[in-house]
Amino acid sequence: MELAVFYVAAVVAVATGVIAVAHRNPVVNVMSLVVTFFCVAVCYALLAAPFLAAAQILVYAGAILVLFLFVVMLLNAPLPATDQPRQLQRVFGVAAVLLVGLGGAALALVAAPGPAIPPAEGTAAAIGRLLVGPHLFAFELVSVLLLAALVGAMVLVKRKA
Amino acid sequence: MWAELAVTAAKLLAVAVVLLTCVPIMVWVERRGAAFIQDRLGPNRVGPMGLLQPVIDAVKLFFKEDLTPGGVNPVLYTLAPMVSMFVALVTFIVIPFSADAGVEVFGVPLRGIHVAPDLGVGVLYLLAISSLGVYGIVLAGWSSNNKYSLLGGLRSSAQLLSYELSLTLAVLGVILVSGSLNLQEVISRQGPELWKWHAVTQPIGFIVFLVAAFAETNRLPFDLAEAETELVAGYHVEYSSMRFASFFMSEYINIVTISALTVTLFLGGWQVPWLTATLSGWPLLLVSVAAFAAKVAFLLWLFVWVRWSLPRFRYDQLMQLGWKGLLPLAALNLLIVGVAMSQGWM
Repeated sequence: MELAVFYVAAVVAVATGVIAVAHRNPVVNVMSLVVTFFCVAVCYALLAAPFLAAAQILVYAGAILVLFLFVVMLLNAPLPATDQPRQLQRVFGVAAVLLVGLGGAALALVAAPGPAIPPAEGTAAAIGRLLVGPHLFAFELVSVLLLAALVGAMVLVKRKA
Repeated sequence: MWAELAVTAAKLLAVAVVLLTCVPIMVWVERRGAAFIQDRLGPNRVGPMGLLQPVIDAVKLFFKEDLTPGGVNPVLYTLAPMVSMFVALVTFIVIPFSADAGVEVFGVPLRGIHVAPDLGVGVLYLLAISSLGVYGIVLAGWSSNNKYSLLGGLRSSAQLLSYELSLTLAVLGVILVSGSLNLQEVISRQGPELWKWHAVTQPIGFIVFLVAAFAETNRLPFDLAEAETELVAGYHVEYSSMRFASFFMSEYINIVTISALTVTLFLGGWQVPWLTATLSGWPLLLVSVAAFAAKVAFLLWLFVWVRWSLPRFRYDQLMQLGWKGLLPLAALNLLIVGVAMSQGWM
């Protein structure tokens, strides 16, 4: 049954990922990205990482993409004119997709599966201990980085035009 | 495995049916309550005390014409009420409606009325899913091709994002004390005594949570998304028939869910002081469900009571309250709880 859920989630994630890139309407792009993130969260849950799954939805689907949507709607950008992309862009785009997609698939087929991670590693308590234990420095570093971003945003907003 | 699946499915169905039944009852309570507060009669013609009025309303909504206005994006326009309903209907699975009484039905462990009792990240799951609810409102506002709807949708997304922070910070204080994200453990950590309930030990967090809960459910005094007097009806102004009803129902289900969450986090859940600790088995199950329902019913009445007592905030006042009032208060609560815990007072 887990396999069935995985296949559904994976197929939907890839399909909505393609829509997120290819569709012309920016609101549809953002919404399909939401579905993609949701499906990725389902995959995390299947991998015995419930905390990561909840955090993925809470942070990415529930907060960051809402801001994306907010910006898209406030700008209310007109649909882009149907100018054809240059031939070179197309070639490079398709090549990049093939390289990453096929390369990833090849890697996944070739690479030997690593040792199974015990389910306890994915719980909130285990991740919390890792964050304030071995990775405390990186954790604090990230919080300083976010603070810098906050201060930067304040400075930009308060600057007299 | 199949037996467990069947029990889970049965619980899912039972809780969903009860939640959906709460909607017409809440509508009735709201209309009668509003009338009571404003010294009028309210709907009292259909059935005893007007109890059948919501049934008639539902029939009316079913048979209304389902309009799709011109110039809308049909896919997103249809998707929006579905998102709202989806979010409203999947959040409640982590809420423990009763004690884990360990009872069995036909040899299959039923435990308690709690659809997903073993989900370790219960609170987080609930917050995560309910944070998706904003999409329903924003999409409805944007796809309706109506400037009032768009204004309502944008206001609402800003409001939900702002108050979600305070709500989550207030929950953090409870999580810190409980040491677990599982709601059943949050309840058992509050103990049978009244003074160990988090509403008593963390009054600031409780108030912040309650105020943010009103904002998150778009209820007065925070119903800026609808704001009938200035935005007609906000994000759902173009919707009719059952699509409108989906928004309407999800709003009421969200109220029930957030009330249940408040009871679970701050009011001792299904516990009755000194009584539930002495029971076990079926009596415990029944008493705990009744206690939970009574507490939730009180909070639901509080929602109605506040709605008809307070005027609506202005938008700038709303933002001021959220960012300059509630957020620092929630942080202060977290600080107090942290200090108290490190000193061993909690």
